[in-house]
Amino acid sequence: MGSAPLLHIDNLTVKFTTADGAVDAVSDLSLHISPGECLGVVGESGSGKSQTFMAALGLLAANGSARGRALFHGDDLLTLGDNELNAIRGDKVAMIFQDPMTSLTPHMTVGRQLSEVLIHHRGVSAARAREESLVMLKRVRVPDPERRLAMYPHELSGGLRQRVMIAMALLCGPELIIADEPTTALDVTVQAQILDLLREVKDTLHTAVVLITHDLGVIAGLADRVAVMYAGRIVEMGDVRQVFADPRHPYTRGLLACTPRMDAAVTGALFTIPGQPPNLEHLPAGCAFAPRCASVLDACRNDRPALRGLGGGRFKACIRDDLAHAS
Amino acid sequence: MTGVILAVDDLKVHFPVRTGGVLIGQYRPLKAVDGVSFDLKAGETLGIVGESGCGKSTLGRAILQLVAPTGGTVSWLGKSFCDAGAADLHALRREMQVVFQDPLASLDPRMTAGDIIAEPLWNFHGNLGRTEIDRRVREMMDKVGLLPAMINRYPHEFSGGQCQRIGVARAMILKPKLVVCDEPVSALDVSIRAQVVNLLMALQREFGLALIFISHDLAVVRHISHRVMVLYLGRVMELADRDALYAMPRHPYTQALMAAIPIPDPDRERAKPRVILSGDPPSPLDPPSGCVFRTRCPHATALCADQTPMLENTGADNKVACHHWREMSPTSA
Repeated sequence: MGSAPLLHIDNLTVKFTTADGAVDAVSDLSLHISPGECLGVVGESGSGKSQTFMAALGLLAANGSARGRALFHGDDLLTLGDNELNAIRGDKVAMIFQDPMTSLTPHMTVGRQLSEVLIHHRGVSAARAREESLVMLKRVRVPDPERRLAMYPHELSGGLRQRVMIAMALLCGPELIIADEPTTALDVTVQAQILDLLREVKDTLHTAVVLITHDLGVIAGLADRVAVMYAGRIVEMGDVRQVFADPRHPYTRGLLACTPRMDAAVTGALFTIPGQPPNLEHLPAGCAFAPRCASVLDACRNDRPALRGLGGGRFKACIRDDLAHAS
Repeated sequence: MTGVILAVDDLKVHFPVRTGGVLIGQYRPLKAVDGVSFDLKAGETLGIVGESGCGKSTLGRAILQLVAPTGGTVSWLGKSFCDAGAADLHALRREMQVVFQDPLASLDPRMTAGDIIAEPLWNFHGNLGRTEIDRRVREMMDKVGLLPAMINRYPHEFSGGQCQRIGVARAMILKPKLVVCDEPVSALDVSIRAQVVNLLMALQREFGLALIFISHDLAVVRHISHRVMVLYLGRVMELADRDALYAMPRHPYTQALMAAIPIPDPDRERAKPRVILSGDPPSPLDPPSGCVFRTRCPHATALCADQTPMLENTGADNKVACHHWREMSPTSA
C-alpha cells in the first residue's frame, strides 16, 4: 500500500441497545481502503458487514452507537456533526444500497433527485444540474435518458433504478463508493449488467469501492482485497486471489467449499458448515466460530483470537497455524 | 426411477389484469404460464429456473391446484385432476406437498413446531391418536435435523435454517410422493443453504421422493436436479437432462443465464467470456410477438418476430424452443 489510506477504520465497535440488553454488532474492527481500490466485504446476515460502514457514515439506527475512529482524509467521521457529515455524504463518499426502490424517493422524479445532489453539494443552477444529470444517465447507459428524467422511480425496472442510483452516486465525482449488496435484489442477467458497470466505473474513474455482499462470486469478479466477517469481526483479510486460492481461516474455507459452483463437477452431497450462525446476544467466550469449526482446539474456546498479520498483507483471526494449505 | 407420476400437458395460467382507467378499463390476460408440458417420474428432481416474473412460482402452484389453471391438464398417476372434486383433491394433497421460500412467513407464529408438523397428520390420520402422532412428529424432527426436544418451541425461537427444516418436516410427515419446493433456500445464508439442499437430497433417496425444485439459482439447481426446465415469460425455452443442459446449453437464453452466474474464483470469473443481455425482461402483460425472448436475443432474426418457435427435440429427451438452435455453435460451459 504505497499511498495513504482514504478511509481508515480503527478499533470500531458498534453497539445496539435492545429491550433484551446491549448487543455488539461490530467488535473492535480495523481496516483501511486505499484510493482507487475495491475492498470486498463478505459475510452472512448479522456478521456486521453493513453496520461497519453505516456506523462510519453516521447512519446507524437510533438505538445504535459507535466507538473507535473512522478517519477519512484524517477527519474522524465519528466525531463530525450532521452538517459536516452531510457535506461529505453524497459528495466525496457516495452510497449504493440493495433496494433502489426504497432508497430513491418515490414522489420525486428521477431528474429532480439527481439535480438535487448537484444543487446541494455544488450550488449549480437547476438548468446546469439537469444537464449534468443527463450526461451522467448516458454515462451509466440508461436508454432514452431524457424521458427517464421526467419519470418516477416506480416507473423504472429494478435494473434501471439501480443504474439511476449509480448515476446519483457518481454525480459529484466521489473518492469512495460504498455499495451494500448492490445486485442482490436483481435478476442474474441484470446483475451481470450492473457488475459490468461497476467494474467500468472503478477502472475508468479510479473510484475506491467498498463492495458489501454475501455472494463470493460477486467479490471474485470485482474486488482487489477481501475482508471476511463473522459475528461482528474480521476473521480473514487479504488479496482476493490469495484468499480464494488459499483460504487460511476455517470459516473462509467452509464458505468457499459449501458454495455450489458452475465450474466444478457435481459431487454427491455439498460440503456443509454444521450448526447455525451465532446469536450475537449469546456469543461464546472464545472464538465465535469455534462451535462450528472442524479444526477447533480447547484453547479456541477460552480466548478470542486476535486478527494477526501473516505477511504479504494477509491477516487471519485463528490460532491454528498447522492447518494444511488448500490444495 | 419407475414410471411417470405427474404429467403436465399444455398448462396455462392466465390472470385477468385491468388496464386503462378505473371505470372503463379493459381486462387483458397476463400469461403467467403459457403452454407448459412435462412429465415427472417417481424419485426424479425437476429443476425449474428463470428470472422474476417468468412464471416459475405460478407453475408450481398451478401443478398443486393452489391457483386454478385456465387451460391444459395436470394428471397424477394417469388421472387428470383439473376437474377433480373437492374430495378427490383432498386425497391428492396427501401425495403432494409444498415448501415455500420464506421459512418464517410460511409457519403460523401461534403454533408450536410440533403442532405445525403434526397438522397434516391430524387432517388425514386423526384416528392415529395423540401418542402416535407425537411419536411420528419427533421421528420426523430427528430426520430433518431438529432436536425433538424443541417440539414445544414457537417459530420465532428458531433460526431461518431451522424454520425451513420445520417446513420440510411438515411437507414430509405424510410421506408424500412429490414435494414442490419454491425457492426453498433463497432466503437462507450461504452456510445454511448447503445443509438444506443436502437434507432434501437425503430425503429423496430415503423415500424415493420426486421433487420440483423452483429456483433462480442455476448453481444450486444444477446440484440437485436430474432434469432442468428453463422458463422465460411463462414459456419453456429449454427442457433437458441436467448434464446435457449444463454442458451444452442450446437456447441463447440458457447460455446467457449460465454466463451471468458469477464464479467464486477471481481468475476464472475475470477471464470468462461475457455474454451480457441488454435490457430487462419485457412485461408479461405485453409479451413480444413470435419468440418471447427475441427482444433480448443476440441471434434474433425476422423469423423470430413472425413465428413462435415450437419445442423441438435436440436428441434423447432434450428439447429447445429456438428457430436457430441448429445454426448456433454450441457453447460448452
